[in-house]
Amino acid sequence: MNFTNFGRYILLLKSVFRRPEKLKIYLKEIAKQMDYVGVGSLGLIAIISTFIGAVMTLQIAFQLVSDFIPKTIIGSVNRDSSILELSPTISAIVLAGKIGSAISSEIGSMRVTEQIDALEIMGINAPGYLILPKIISGITMVPMLVIISMFLSITGGYIGGSISGAVTPAEYIQGITTDFNPYTIVVALVKAFVFGFIITSVPAYEGFYVRGGALEVSQASTRAVVISCISILVCDYLVTQLLL
Amino acid sequence: MIEIKDIYKSFSGNDVLKGISGKFEEGVTNLIIGGSGSGKTTLLKCMVGLHQPDSGSVLYDGRDFTPMTYEQRIEVRKEIGMLFQGSALFDSMTVEENIMFPLNMFTDQSRKEKLERVDFCLERVNLAGKNKLFPAELSGGMKKRVGIARAISMNPKYLFCDEPNSGLDPKTSIVIDELIQEITEEYKTTTIVVTHDMNSVMGIGDYILFLHEGKKFWEGSNKEIAHTDIKELNDFVFASRFMKAAKDKF
Repeated sequence: MNFTNFGRYILLLKSVFRRPEKLKIYLKEIAKQMDYVGVGSLGLIAIISTFIGAVMTLQIAFQLVSDFIPKTIIGSVNRDSSILELSPTISAIVLAGKIGSAISSEIGSMRVTEQIDALEIMGINAPGYLILPKIISGITMVPMLVIISMFLSITGGYIGGSISGAVTPAEYIQGITTDFNPYTIVVALVKAFVFGFIITSVPAYEGFYVRGGALEVSQASTRAVVISCISILVCDYLVTQLLL
Repeated sequence: MIEIKDIYKSFSGNDVLKGISGKFEEGVTNLIIGGSGSGKTTLLKCMVGLHQPDSGSVLYDGRDFTPMTYEQRIEVRKEIGMLFQGSALFDSMTVEENIMFPLNMFTDQSRKEKLERVDFCLERVNLAGKNKLFPAELSGGMKKRVGIARAISMNPKYLFCDEPNSGLDPKTSIVIDELIQEITEEYKTTTIVVTHDMNSVMGIGDYILFLHEGKKFWEGSNKEIAHTDIKELNDFVFASRFMKAAKDKF
């Protein structure tokens, strides 16, 4: 995203946060988007998180082959990795692919079929009506999905460790309950909030300014996912640097 | 009445509109005609505010639209209805929800009142009972009629139609033209139709503004258009053999 695009992105966001014409309609739209972003992504996040947790346990066990290191450390490392990095970042990247491309395609299609022009002619703030509910659903539902992801990732580690015998259930539980720092949850939720904003606003921007037809819509969708993923990784670093 | 004064618009140094002026009266069907690339859709978009003209003004009953703030424009836009070339119906909504959408946004009517208004608008465009269909289930002509129903749902003072006949068979085109003319006369709207359909020009063109290469070349009525000696206009209107033969009978 070059400076011109960044400037247009900021101007679009300014339009998005104008006062809604009718709050009731916006609330209905927010509920619809929350269902799509949150409930609609739950299955995918659950599967990914559980398997990542299980694989993490096996890999940590594989690397920590020393009599001087207690096996309880497997649970601790898995817990902190899941909370601080894997759950927020991997979930956000997966959601950028699923939700980001859908948002960009939806808004882009509306642009090329003049539906956005129709909204504007009616006197409706098109960026507000189309994008605000998506951003609000992103910044509320992504943190919730990340909380579920943390839980399932740690649970996945327990299941993986138990089935493979890499760590006993007792050692794993002792590991995840030892030296727990609740601040890591705060850091993860801040990340999830930022990522939720990125994976809804960036694709919305790409879709909103599409010019052309079906080809341009698909290109915008691809661009939206790529830019969202890069932005997530950059913000991941910045938030970690700032908060830890 | 809508008046445009000396409208100029260019894109990346390419002049599309070069000082267009005209007056569009209420209760009559005003047509903007011209070949592809003549600037008619750009002019329409400048008039409704989708494009900002480089200079010139657009007056809605004396109110200059071009320098207005966002909030002031919203008030004028509530008085505008527009039929788009591709109908621009919201895919995710039924016919009923499409027509009800502006009512939901800008009125405090009860659901019963809004449904009555939807039924009235659908009846007006001869689509009674099609409330629950989605745009994907409609034919091209039906989509245009739903577009008209949505455009008139808020009782607009100004009605804009961008190529209302594009992609339609001749019979359906005439139905749409007649509907636009009836609505214009019935509700005394200031109607502006952008078209290059000669049937529309001859059928409903009470006032015609002809654009060529971004300039106004001619204005008049459909009764006068056959008797002009402007080459560009004659080349455009009487391009087909059929129209050339018909001209001799005028």
